[in-house]
Amino acid sequence: MSAQGPSDPDVAVETGSQVPPAEPVRRAEPEPEPESRWHRALREVATGNAIISVLAVVLALIVGAIMIAFTDERVQAASGYFFARPGDTFVAIWESVSGAYSAFFQGSIYNFRRPDFAAGIRPLTETLTFATPLIAAGLGVALAFRVGMFNIGGRGQMLMASAAAGWVAFSFDLPFGVHMFVALLAGLLAGALWAGIAGLLKARTGAHEVIVTIMLNYVALYLVTWMLRTPGLLQAPGSNNPKTPPMKDTAIFPAILGDGYNLHFGFLLAIASVVLVWWILDRSSLGFQFRAVGENPNAARVAGINVKAMYVYAMLISGALIGLAGVSQVLGTVTTGFSSGIDAGIGFDAITVALLGRSTPWGVLAAGILFGAFKAGGFAMQAAEGVPIDIVLVVQSLIVLFIAAPPLVRAIFRLPAPGSASRRPRPNVTKEVEPK
Amino acid sequence: MTTATQHNAAAPQEPALARTVVVSWKAPIAFGVITVLAAILFLVAGQGGEAVFRISAAGDALQLPEIVLDATVVAWTSTILLLAITVASALLVRSERKVPVWLMAVFAVVFLIGFLTWAAAGARTNVIPVAGLLAGALSLSVPLIFGSLSGVISERVGVINIAIEGQLLAGAFTSAVVATATGNPYAGLLAAGVAGVLVSFVLAAFAIKYFVDQVIVGVVLNVLVLGLTSFFFSQVLAPNATTLNSPPRFERIPIPILSEIPLIGPTFFRQTIIVYLMYVAVAAVYIGLFHTKWGLRLRAVGEHPQAADTVGINVTGTRFWNVSLAGAIAGLGGAFFTLGSVGAFNKEMTAGAGFIALAAVIFGQWDPIKATLAALLFGFASNLQNTLGVIGSPVPSEFMLMLPYVVTIFAVAGLVGKVRGPAAAGKPYIKA
Repeated sequence: MSAQGPSDPDVAVETGSQVPPAEPVRRAEPEPEPESRWHRALREVATGNAIISVLAVVLALIVGAIMIAFTDERVQAASGYFFARPGDTFVAIWESVSGAYSAFFQGSIYNFRRPDFAAGIRPLTETLTFATPLIAAGLGVALAFRVGMFNIGGRGQMLMASAAAGWVAFSFDLPFGVHMFVALLAGLLAGALWAGIAGLLKARTGAHEVIVTIMLNYVALYLVTWMLRTPGLLQAPGSNNPKTPPMKDTAIFPAILGDGYNLHFGFLLAIASVVLVWWILDRSSLGFQFRAVGENPNAARVAGINVKAMYVYAMLISGALIGLAGVSQVLGTVTTGFSSGIDAGIGFDAITVALLGRSTPWGVLAAGILFGAFKAGGFAMQAAEGVPIDIVLVVQSLIVLFIAAPPLVRAIFRLPAPGSASRRPRPNVTKEVEPK
Repeated sequence: MTTATQHNAAAPQEPALARTVVVSWKAPIAFGVITVLAAILFLVAGQGGEAVFRISAAGDALQLPEIVLDATVVAWTSTILLLAITVASALLVRSERKVPVWLMAVFAVVFLIGFLTWAAAGARTNVIPVAGLLAGALSLSVPLIFGSLSGVISERVGVINIAIEGQLLAGAFTSAVVATATGNPYAGLLAAGVAGVLVSFVLAAFAIKYFVDQVIVGVVLNVLVLGLTSFFFSQVLAPNATTLNSPPRFERIPIPILSEIPLIGPTFFRQTIIVYLMYVAVAAVYIGLFHTKWGLRLRAVGEHPQAADTVGINVTGTRFWNVSLAGAIAGLGGAFFTLGSVGAFNKEMTAGAGFIALAAVIFGQWDPIKATLAALLFGFASNLQNTLGVIGSPVPSEFMLMLPYVVTIFAVAGLVGKVRGPAAAGKPYIKA
């Protein structure tokens, strides 16, 4: 590039190719232009990233099937006389596994036993309902990851957001719409401030955000537990249970598919958040600074970025997103009043969602929907076949592990590695010429 | 001659160098905040009365008298002392000197005595069994200490270990099953170590062989172990509780002579074998890390793997086996949940202890002794809440429960500040 002389160095840098200086820059499409999104997507499918993902899911489901089969009582009974009638064992394995997985499918995607499409598709809307807080909280964790921070404080942030939004939602009388908006805002603010403490402490004193967010989880849990059992704060009047009164109708998220479905307005908010986070990270100057700090805080500081401010902003936004998960729980999913278990482990699930989504907004959307399906299907499987829902955790974590290690999946399925033309001569060399 | 002239030339610069000592106002500010809180708590919300500290346990050979303190006197004394320490630290910082660690310790002890007196005086029964409080604190700290030792070793060798929770849980599950099946708690203890190693194998294989982000593997392993243990608990253990999930518990073994020392004896020397194993582990890890070839190599691999590789240390192997060792230690800690305290496995019985241990690792600045002290702090705080819950405390129990975590935040923000872990932790080593 430096060989081109003083004619126009900027152009050369921009195209990154050996364009002769005399030629105009925008010629009829030279080949080294950055490839389009479709090209990249096609290439990724071709080199096997999509295949790896599918195979990872398949592998995880196989492990799940083995676990279901081995702990099934019918299988155990039939295997007692395996050598007398081996067929019985295989039939029992098939029945237990297929029963569990068909219950899983019918609980998460489409129920064939319902007469019409409107009722049959209901499980899919359940999946999206379960996915809503996972997407929102996953976005929060992912955004913090991109700035190089690990926000384990999802539980505390969700609890604070739920408490704030719930308090506004059941104790104020406001017109429809305004009430919902104020409650939503209160929840987002509470989540943002709770996470902001960790960001501020990291920026001002260097306190490690992992410690602070873990500690804030417990502080929030006990604070909310205390408020829930104290009359006049969050406890329902005239009750001794640590539970709030039901939310007022004016504050509840409307059902977006009609009253027959649980899917609520929160899902649209979660989708909007995906777009917003994508815009922040990929299109805004703030997002550029976020990513720069995440890649290398020292380089970012040298480049003039206010690293400490980025930590605070990132935690505020992250907390607000996780707060949205809490708000969607209290205003959308559990509107009859909540207790201290309102976070339902979503704060920790969100970490897995963010990891599976590779900390990108669209990846988080897909991972959130997948995990929502696992939750919806898991409950159906537990109800129909008696398989504990904990197996969902196993399958989920195996999927993330397998997707994170493509060489392992390739080795299991004996797939060729991308660009591994030089694979063949290797065995001949290594065995014979052993140094030392 | 030449050295003398150089010395003379350098002499005028010395004051300039001395003036660049970094002083931090964090400690005085943290002291000040805590002092104000203490003043409000002790003086405004105090009700007077007496607090009784029972030093000796009932069965001790050597009985010490109970210490009776008047709450009002202690409230004023401790507040004034706290204020004095705050002012002293502020003066120290103003004169550009560091706040010594012993001053922080004195501050903590004074605050604690003031707090205990205040809490006991306002309670239903104003007797604080000090020996029981400390002994209980130690046993609550045991899994935390094992977990933090695991974290220290693993991160010192360059692999971030978020999977402590999973290692503890795997250890708890396996020790319960094996100890029940064999009827021998020692077999259970051994099995717990093996289970921890298995979890570590997965962590090591993914992090070292497949270069997967170590945080991802750690978080996912926690979920995986939680799912596996909960699944098998519901499917297998719960229906067959007598044959699979009723392990024998370790007996308390009083060490002769040592266990008769007042206060120290019942706290440290009337414990189960796991606790004694913990003393050995802490000492072994400390000496091993800083005074042996093994530790030097381990730390070299964690700080600068390329340099270690250049001098002939097998980076991958060192990492793999030390991460496995870390898993074994955490697994032993997991056995404490079943064989040492509760007696039977239950779903999610570690309840976030692994994350607290992780916090202790960072709080303790990746040093085995400091991490142990941090873990002891957490254990003490949780047991303090238990004790105050038993005697009936004047404030809502939730605030007692919250206290250790709030104190940790203050301590991390105010006293510890920016910590720096091993340089290569979290980075896979790809040999060029």
